[in-house]
Amino acid sequence: MEFVQNFPFICIILTLFSGPLSSILDGKKAKWVNTAVITAVGLMNTAVLAFVIRTGAPYVYRMGHFSAPWGNEIRVGVLEAVMAVFFCIIMLLSMLGGTREREQELEPSKANLYYIMVNLLLSSLMALIYTNDLFTAYVFVEINTISACGLIMIKQNGRTIVGATRYMIMSLLGSGMLLLGICFLYGITGHLLMSNIQEAVGKLYASGQYHAPLVVALGLMTVGLAIKSALYPFHGWLPDAYGYSTVSSAAILSSLVSKGYIFLLLKIFYRVIGADIVRDSRELHVLFVFGILGMIIGSVDAIRESNVRRMIAFSSVAQIGYIYMGFGLGTTAGVIASVFHILSHAATKSLLFISASSLTEVSGDSTDFFDLTGAGYRNKVAGVAFTVGSLSMVGIPMFAGFISKLLFAQAAVECHHKLLPAMIALAVSTVLNAVYFMKTVIRIYTPEKKKVLKERQFLTVRATDQKGKTAVLVCFIALNLFLGIFSEPVVRLLQKGLLMFA
Amino acid sequence: MSRRLPDNEYEKTRSYRLSQWLSGEKDLLLDTVEMKPQESFQEDTEAELERKEEKRRLRDRVFDIEKNAEVRIFQKLYRVFSVIFCIGLVLILLTGVSGLPPFGEASNPVNNEVPKRYIESGLQETGAVNIVTGMILDYRAFDTLGESHVLFIATCTVLILLRIDRKKGENSIESLNANDRSHEPKNDVVLQTVAKILVPPIIIFGIYVILCGHLGPGGGFSGGAVIGAGLILYLNAFGFAKTERFFTAKTYKWMSFGALACYALAKSYSFYTGANEIHSVIPLGTPGAILSSGLILLLNICVGIVVAGTMYTFYVMFRKGGY
Repeated sequence: MEFVQNFPFICIILTLFSGPLSSILDGKKAKWVNTAVITAVGLMNTAVLAFVIRTGAPYVYRMGHFSAPWGNEIRVGVLEAVMAVFFCIIMLLSMLGGTREREQELEPSKANLYYIMVNLLLSSLMALIYTNDLFTAYVFVEINTISACGLIMIKQNGRTIVGATRYMIMSLLGSGMLLLGICFLYGITGHLLMSNIQEAVGKLYASGQYHAPLVVALGLMTVGLAIKSALYPFHGWLPDAYGYSTVSSAAILSSLVSKGYIFLLLKIFYRVIGADIVRDSRELHVLFVFGILGMIIGSVDAIRESNVRRMIAFSSVAQIGYIYMGFGLGTTAGVIASVFHILSHAATKSLLFISASSLTEVSGDSTDFFDLTGAGYRNKVAGVAFTVGSLSMVGIPMFAGFISKLLFAQAAVECHHKLLPAMIALAVSTVLNAVYFMKTVIRIYTPEKKKVLKERQFLTVRATDQKGKTAVLVCFIALNLFLGIFSEPVVRLLQKGLLMFA
Repeated sequence: MSRRLPDNEYEKTRSYRLSQWLSGEKDLLLDTVEMKPQESFQEDTEAELERKEEKRRLRDRVFDIEKNAEVRIFQKLYRVFSVIFCIGLVLILLTGVSGLPPFGEASNPVNNEVPKRYIESGLQETGAVNIVTGMILDYRAFDTLGESHVLFIATCTVLILLRIDRKKGENSIESLNANDRSHEPKNDVVLQTVAKILVPPIIIFGIYVILCGHLGPGGGFSGGAVIGAGLILYLNAFGFAKTERFFTAKTYKWMSFGALACYALAKSYSFYTGANEIHSVIPLGTPGAILSSGLILLLNICVGIVVAGTMYTFYVMFRKGGY
């Protein structure tokens, strides 16, 4: 075994260890530990990615002295490694981009607790990505849920407490359903290891034995994870949680936490139940319908919203709808489009949150839509970044969002009976996206009246004033352009990964 | 025949006092225990007005039921849909459960090669007489590693929410009002005597449960909970002034860090050697001896420390004020 193959395990343990380590450090040192750990984990995952691409085959890593059905194991393939690298990049940028806001909004004595949450969140994401065992996945879902809740409420005001409470209730309902589903599956297959369950489920499905519990288990796990990732009818917790928490939390929650659950759902579809059985169960049609509803209603809600942060949050509901719509198509192309959209949405949404917080900073800390008038002139970098993010979300060529919409459309064409609704939903949702994002872009580039400017004394921030944030925004823009222009190799990588995934 | 005592002598005996106590003439605890009737809750008018105003504003602005049709319709539909949802969920779950294999049959799918190996060769492979401990701390130690971090992160979230940080040397009335220590019972003889008798055996029993987790029923989770309960009883009887001599926020920090780091290091060693097929140097010992079963004893101690700290910290945090 080559040394590189140990890296996924080292990533999980290192991030897990850095959590308690941050608890004995003060805020500043904990911040350095956090940055160092995310960077190290990102580099290690890149090495793993290079290794799996070179060997061209997934490998199984045994956690301990006992092999698979008795002990735990993790399984590494191209898709997992791509996700892990990408999650690390987004997390690093989101953390660096929100440093100033965190310093202002968090109690200094509780700053290190924030980094505990982030470290353990990263560790749970890594474990969710790499694990090959359903129960391990559940344990790390718990860590994920609790740390996400902490991330929301650490900026303590009434809104975030309410948001965190809602998030907790909904998310625990989701966790409970996931656990029930796992119990059902264990009861009828006798296994917790994903590959073994798939084997057993295949036999059960062919013989028709235990059909009802199998369908119920699949439904429970899907609904549970859909609640946790805010699929349309379960999105009530989302706007408060994303809209009022500190900006790095909002960026991490929208682009990583919900995506971690979606990735777990993908794993359950492909590796636990088996893609064919999921397709046969007609459950995907339900996901398709709710995905489409989410795409449209999320956008309508975003248009009606006058708080910019909440508007971006509602836009997430629409984008999660896209991802589930891609799953619902039931074809490999649909899943590829969804996975690509996970990447492009993560890169874009965190960019939008961070640039929006810069824009509100130069508008007297107001998130109100009309107060943002002319903010693009007062902070030019953030203005450009917000514009790039908006263009990408709307789906303008050259940016990441365009490629995912193209992939969705291509996938829909292959799928005859769902072609029409998918296309109509894509078109309507794109127009609606354009309405609220372009409205905001035009608003931030509408010059504010001189009188108002004089009265309210807005700050003006130049690119060199906040070097760190400028660098982060530039990186995000570059990431968006990269996904938009060099999508070809990324998509090919994802296709290769999905083949290895099952 | 028993002899009747003279009255003045009889009044000195125990049976006289017992009969007095039984008939309710005298309370033996009077003057020995601090007994204060609970003060009735009194709110000053200003606070009361503010509270009412807030409630009214919440009703009028946020849930303006008269004017806001959306809220009105929602509140009506909410009841209907919640009932429908619950009935639906119950039906679905019952359908699922009714299709499950019957409980306890030998031919059930869960009775496969996995538990077979745990039961048949668990003792040789892990060295733990208690198979459950062998399973959670050796076969599936990765899950338990995650689980102990769940406890840790839950405590951290409670700390975020409830810890009130006092600046050093600050002792204003506000900061005193921010915690509830002034309401602590002082010198409650009954509680203190009971605690004096009970706390040492509770904590020793907890330590026993942790240390013998690999030999019999028990382990870090249950033993830690027992120790935590003992600490909470001690805190209730003697107050923060006594407990802070040995248990402060700093103690908890270092304790949980030490335990979790120890767990992570120990398990990294065994994961690493296991995955790379390197022979582990940790001996399993003779099953049944206290120093046996490899790392399990150490892991049990780590888990026990984390659980005890978590229980105690939760209790302290849910009292007003914190450490």
